[in-house]
Amino acid sequence: MQRLLYIIQKEFIQIFRNKAMLPMMTVVPIVQLIILSYAASNEVKNIRLAIVNEDHSPTARLLVQKIEAADRFLLIDFPASVAQGDDMLQTGEVDIVLTIPSQFEQHFYREKRGNIQLLVNAINGQQASVGAAYLNIIIQSFNQELQANLKIVNRNGQPPAFINVPTANWYNPELNFKYFMAPGILGELVTILVMLLTAMNVVREREIGTIEQINVTPIKKWQFILGKLIPFLGIGMVLLTVGLTAAKLLFGIPMQGSLFVIFAFCALNLTAVLGLGLFISNLSDTQQQALFTTFFFVIIFILMSGLFTPIESMPQWAQYLTIPNPIAHFVSVMRSVLLKGSTFWDVIYHFRVTVVLAVVFNTLAVLSYRKVE
Amino acid sequence: MGAVKIEHISKSFGDQSALKDINLDIAAGTLFGLIGPDGAGKSTLFKILTSLLIPDDGKATVAGLDTVADYKQIRRIIGYMPGKFSLYQDLTVEENLNFFATIFGTTIEENYHLIKDIYVQIEPFRKRRAGKLSGGMKQKLALCCALIHEPEVLFLDEPTTGVDAVSRAEFWDMLQRLKEHGITIIVSTPYMDEASRCEEIALIQNGQILQVDTPDNIRESYEQPLYAVKATSFYQLIKDLRAAPFTKRVEPFGEYLHLTTSGYFPEEAIYNLLKEKHHEQIEVKRIDATIEDVFLELAG
Repeated sequence: MQRLLYIIQKEFIQIFRNKAMLPMMTVVPIVQLIILSYAASNEVKNIRLAIVNEDHSPTARLLVQKIEAADRFLLIDFPASVAQGDDMLQTGEVDIVLTIPSQFEQHFYREKRGNIQLLVNAINGQQASVGAAYLNIIIQSFNQELQANLKIVNRNGQPPAFINVPTANWYNPELNFKYFMAPGILGELVTILVMLLTAMNVVREREIGTIEQINVTPIKKWQFILGKLIPFLGIGMVLLTVGLTAAKLLFGIPMQGSLFVIFAFCALNLTAVLGLGLFISNLSDTQQQALFTTFFFVIIFILMSGLFTPIESMPQWAQYLTIPNPIAHFVSVMRSVLLKGSTFWDVIYHFRVTVVLAVVFNTLAVLSYRKVE
Repeated sequence: MGAVKIEHISKSFGDQSALKDINLDIAAGTLFGLIGPDGAGKSTLFKILTSLLIPDDGKATVAGLDTVADYKQIRRIIGYMPGKFSLYQDLTVEENLNFFATIFGTTIEENYHLIKDIYVQIEPFRKRRAGKLSGGMKQKLALCCALIHEPEVLFLDEPTTGVDAVSRAEFWDMLQRLKEHGITIIVSTPYMDEASRCEEIALIQNGQILQVDTPDNIRESYEQPLYAVKATSFYQLIKDLRAAPFTKRVEPFGEYLHLTTSGYFPEEAIYNLLKEKHHEQIEVKRIDATIEDVFLELAG
């Protein structure tokens, strides 16, 4: 026991003596939290739009006014012809070209139908689809207004029923994107930092040669592994505390659920990640190898964590791949507990899976650490 | 009882055979030298004896404990100083020593008598980080850390490599004094001149033991006559001596050439031959063999 305590103490001395460590644990995560929470936004704004208005009728003008009034769009130009509009789309000056053909108004009133063309630059898929959807909503509501003005009467002599769908956004009523991103990003940051630090640790001892000296001592495997695990777990928890405080002070993120559940899950999740980091470290001969292997996992973990793209919209096989992804569970727990106020029993699934991950990763770590070649 | 007993140890790394059928018997309390060039297999043998490496074949015991089966006990009773400095560079001198003492379940105070002589030399720097020490200081610290748990057998893998001549001499003096505490010390070194500081040595080359004996016996085992020869034109001298009818071998040794002849020749005969070849400032003298002469003879 005394031996283990001394190993932990030694590890802490080394960590705090490393000049890069303290800023890495405090400043870097907060900067990342701020930058990412502001920048990594799914909201589509500033969609650049060109309108080819070949009709110039009052109805067409009204539609243009309605679109101009929407704050999502930047009206770049009114090209004189469809060909010009196509050019603008091709050169990338605009994201969407809306064409109102000549005689639009006439068609609308006489034939009870008017055609409008939307050309969308789908290179940036999200911008395109979300932009087109916004535009469609505007056009549809415009359409409804027109019909209402016309007082079109159906056969029964009643005005046609309009379906009006009011929407309420639960758990994040103002759709504040930072509320949504900050908890997830925090989970991701803590996990990555801890995983990287651990992965680099044992291999560093191997590279410098200290492990050879350690190996001829009576230190037991579990003492060595625990001696590494506990300090990094501590660092992860401190990081989470710093991050949560920053997120609360800076963004005022809601904290609906119990912080105890958050910290408990963080400890469990970090135990799993630490096991994986140690496993990578044990298998690597150099810090470089460890770094590249960790990057491989980290990139997959982040992109498939549901942080930026919803897991539900991934193909089925990819959804299965998110099960052994600790970041996916962490992001999910952070969001549901903080925003929705989920209790331990609501997120028990994530606890169960992470316990399994922790056992598997740590078993691998203990097995792969060899004192004898 | 032998402190270290090695029986038919072999080890290969892939196709590369590192040790071939090694047999050694080292008595307790000996200062034993394992002498051989780089790549001879010294470190591999040390790793097997310190239980860091499992041999392909054969069996070794340290203080009666099997290096494979009893590795846990072995690790309590040996001190090992790897060839590469392997203490924590970011811990101070004192912290390193404390760390290793604690790991072995002891304290600095308990075994201070063992390391006192060495530690007093680095004590002024005890608050300095190990990475910032000079080469000789690092060596002393590493030795202290390997000694702090009062090992029965001390393995020092090339402790003097890369250390200046004065520090090397000091280091060997320290080992002599340690021997008085009854510790068996096994040292490997590529420097043949250090062999004479050991009580017993084994010459090792290409994974094979060439000879095991006391340094004196090994030197005396060189039976052919040996001469040290010197002249102004060193290169021409080698060429002429190699062509001479009596020559068995010529090896450069610093400013002299060591000439081995088949059968005894008076110094004058060699002198006259070189005179005929127009050499100047010729010097020829009969000498006793050094360990290196024996090694080259055996290895050649």
